[in-house]
Amino acid sequence: MAGKPKLYYFNGRGRMESIRWLLAAAGIEFVEEFLETREQYEKLLQDGALLFQQVPMVEIDGMKMVQTRAILGYIAAKHNLYGKDLKERALIDMYVEGTRDLIDLIRVHHKFSPEEQEKNLALINERATARYFPVYEKVLKDHGTEFLVGNQLTWADVQLIEAILMVEEKVSTVLSKFPLLQDFKTRICNIPTIKKFLQPGSQRKPPPDESYVVTANRVFNRK
Amino acid sequence: MSGKPKLTYFNGRGRMESVRWLLAAAGVEFEEVFLETREQYLKLIQDGDLLFDQVPLVDIDGMKMVQTRAILSYIAGKHNLYGKDLKERALYIDTYVEGTMDLMQMILTLPFSLPEAKEKNLPLIIEKAKNRYFPAYEKVLKQHCQGFLVGNQLSWADVHLLEAILMVEEKDPTVLSEFPLLQGFKTRISNMPTIKKFLQPGSQRKPQPDDKYVATVMKILKEAMYYSI
Repeated sequence: MAGKPKLYYFNGRGRMESIRWLLAAAGIEFVEEFLETREQYEKLLQDGALLFQQVPMVEIDGMKMVQTRAILGYIAAKHNLYGKDLKERALIDMYVEGTRDLIDLIRVHHKFSPEEQEKNLALINERATARYFPVYEKVLKDHGTEFLVGNQLTWADVQLIEAILMVEEKVSTVLSKFPLLQDFKTRICNIPTIKKFLQPGSQRKPPPDESYVVTANRVFNRK
Repeated sequence: MSGKPKLTYFNGRGRMESVRWLLAAAGVEFEEVFLETREQYLKLIQDGDLLFDQVPLVDIDGMKMVQTRAILSYIAGKHNLYGKDLKERALYIDTYVEGTMDLMQMILTLPFSLPEAKEKNLPLIIEKAKNRYFPAYEKVLKQHCQGFLVGNQLSWADVHLLEAILMVEEKDPTVLSEFPLLQGFKTRISNMPTIKKFLQPGSQRKPQPDDKYVATVMKILKEAMYYSI
């Protein structure tokens, strides 16, 4: 069953943003249904659309998929972004788990109090510059091609560019010691599908604001 | 380069336990190196063995693999535990293991949370098991009717679910009382020869974490750990 994938989530980044990035990079058009009320969420629950009562949920190829990683793995494999064999997949899996951990630090940032945010910001900076970016800088150096794995764009590259841009929003100079990552950023951002996603008017979402938090709390009945 | 996979981790369950389960279920023998001192850990980092300065680390097929999910996916793919096509893999197996991973993650971080949090969190975990996760898997078994979660043979999803069931039962032995199909599943999968062997005393399966384990991990990693459900 063809037709565009349909994304069910809040009107904001959260866990769904990586899926938007990957679909966009693959050149796949998608539609979105934004959760705004508790009633919408309860209807999804009643309809049995959410296996573990959670979003993200993506209707794709006749299936209602949940669990971000499962969805990303499916899209990557379907659109030739998951490497050519088991070993390349293993590398991609390792790299995306690393960028996932970094993205998750930023994803929850807005939930903290101002004091905690200060600490978290320091942690984000430290992890990016001391743990994650050195690894990817070295991979690019040792690998010697434009991409992290193999010689074409993979899920690992897309998630890394997402992570880089997210960290830069918090720490604008974070790439200053990573020349290869700077080149990588320029190159990947110029890939036509990704360039398009980075332009105003695309389905890329802005960083979370107050109204995003309020909506999510309302939908999930959180205090 | 063949040879047994070598697992480097603390001498306890933690994030490595799912890897032990999967290798055991696949009938793959493995060796273990236990981290006991901070010096060992720092040496691994200096030697460049830990891609993100973290364990689990599994030396397998010439690769030093880190990141639990990546390791598990590789083992599943290699040993025919990952379904027969993309749909089985992603729609079913990946989705199901993410659910059991979320559930087990709550339990594995429990010993590292503050005492007040522990008291509050354990009932929440049991509640999630009974109201969110086990109903989902009970329904899958009911609709699928093959005795396995996916396809008609054992997959990573089944192994992971059994691990999760046993882990939750250690906290609440009655947790499966409303789930007859999961009870049947537990018995059947536990009796598969490789898994039965792993469940016997003397196997490489690790016991529940105790204070000594927690102290060792905190000493070695010296990381502030804050986990919330």
